[in-house]
Amino acid sequence: MKQSIAVAATLAMVIGGFCSQAVAKDTRSAAAVAAAPTPAAKDAATAEFDKFREVMEDSNPAELFEAKGEDLWQTRRGPKSAALADSCDLGLGIGVVKGAYVQMPRYFADAGKVMDAERRIVWCMIEKQGFSAEELFRTPFANENFTPEPTSLVTYVAGASRNLKIAVPIDEPHVQDVYRLGREVFSFRAGPYDFACATCHGEDGKRIRMQQLPNLAKKEEAIRAYQGWPGYRMTGGFMLTQQWRMNDCFRQQRFPEPRYLSDTVTSLLTYLTANANGNVYKGPGIKR
Amino acid sequence: MPNRFLFLLTALLVIAGVARADDYRLRALMMIQNDFQAKGQAGLDRLETDSLQHVCNKYSDKPPEALLRLVEADQLATVKYPADGRLMGDWREGEKIAQSGRGFTWTDKPGLPVGGNCYNCHEISPKELSFGTLGPSLRNFGRNRGNTPEMRQYVFSKIFNAKSFNACSAMPRFGYIGALNEEQIRHLVALLLDPDSPVNQ
Ligand code: HEC
Ligand code: HEC
Repeated sequence: MKQSIAVAATLAMVIGGFCSQAVAKDTRSAAAVAAAPTPAAKDAATAEFDKFREVMEDSNPAELFEAKGEDLWQTRRGPKSAALADSCDLGLGIGVVKGAYVQMPRYFADAGKVMDAERRIVWCMIEKQGFSAEELFRTPFANENFTPEPTSLVTYVAGASRNLKIAVPIDEPHVQDVYRLGREVFSFRAGPYDFACATCHGEDGKRIRMQQLPNLAKKEEAIRAYQGWPGYRMTGGFMLTQQWRMNDCFRQQRFPEPRYLSDTVTSLLTYLTANANGNVYKGPGIKR
Repeated sequence: MPNRFLFLLTALLVIAGVARADDYRLRALMMIQNDFQAKGQAGLDRLETDSLQHVCNKYSDKPPEALLRLVEADQLATVKYPADGRLMGDWREGEKIAQSGRGFTWTDKPGLPVGGNCYNCHEISPKELSFGTLGPSLRNFGRNRGNTPEMRQYVFSKIFNAKSFNACSAMPRFGYIGALNEEQIRHLVALLLDPDSPVNQ
């Protein structure tokens, strides 16, 4: 397992380099252009990536983070020396992890809020284990040198819903309410470029440069907001959660930064996930 | 001035208006105002909508015909044409501007110049295969549409303020927001219309 991860990591670096070159965000990429002379070859980067992902599915580097997250879940930690396994309710009862991820976001009466998985886990870390919110909010997303504990925990919890059907309790009134808010946020245009989420994700089969944009308002495509997340990012070699994805899309939208675990982000995740209800979740995955 | 007038008009429409959806819209707006923090150059002022954004949000990008015409005229009135009347620059410079995608995110360095982002959304020169498809292909634009003074003026206006011709277009208003200056827009006009530009080969 260790070895296959090492192999995977090197492969990831190679392919990652290839993808970022082919995507060529800001510079003319003569090499990529020369290598892809026909329209059929245009999606070479995407095809290559998809193939790579298939090969990797058996030795997914996300498993490393699942294992780390399981440790964190089981161990008594924090100022209150509590284990999440003994104190945290993800919606199916204290300590129940299996199937919880695919049924979030959901309403939590103890918090009086609809929460997505990451938000709930962090809530438990603060409320049950006594960790400092300020600390947890300071560096919420992973980089080459650092994986936040909530990221590993989310990956573990997500892994425990592998091959289960997405079933956000959309008929529950609080969830329904937040879903509708999320739908509005999705189409709210503002900022210097007049962009909304829907500008980039509101039509079928569109691309920015070579990056495919799922139509997230559509049931058949909304699953792409969910599948593979949390995801091991090949271009950097670290785990990223849906909270990060929302953050980075707001950056591309030229908006200011959404606060970590804010209502706005939860509402978007509620909207996107409920749109994907009924699909089978394949577990933490790999993203480019 | 016309902007303020339009704002009043839409404010009246809101008050007189119907739409239950507006409850959620208003609540979403209030939620958004609470949930963001300024970062880099991206200040909280970016969450305030101007009259155009307001109309597009309110009508889900499909304002009624009469309002649409009013909004587009309003946007067209913002276009500032070069004093010397010159609308064509150098397509080589235009290609560089079209390639660059940087600008206005919280990770971008503040200040000009920013990129045109054109390839993010459009096929343009046949040499560039990494192009987006949010907008229509601009291959052979000049060959198909002609390099007439009217066409130059249209393209200049479209890049300066894309909303002049399509109020709720996905395309940003590059000149209006100060992302691209007059000289840069001229170069882009040349990229699309100059018979020597690779676009028209
Ligand atoms: C200016 C363009 C732009 C805007 C605006 C934008 N996105 Fe994205 N989005 C992208 C790009 C580019 C990707 C990456 C696609 C890829 O990796 O191939 C992406 C990816 C995503 C994904 C992951 C899809 C996947 O396959 O894993 C989700 C979910 C998403 N966006 C949601 C949103 C939401 C919600 C908003 C609004 C808050 C938004 N986006 C705004 C460009 C945008
Ligand atoms: C975020 C997406 C986006 C970006 C960035 C963008 N455009 Fe567009 N553009 C569109 C869309 C969508 C349309 C079609 C709808 C419309 O006409 O507004 C369009 C239309 C146009 C048209 C009119 C085409 C016609 O048939 O009349 C021109 C010209 C144009 N764009 C040029 C540019 C140039 C030059 C740039 C870069 C400075 C650019 N666009 C950047 C999305 C974009």
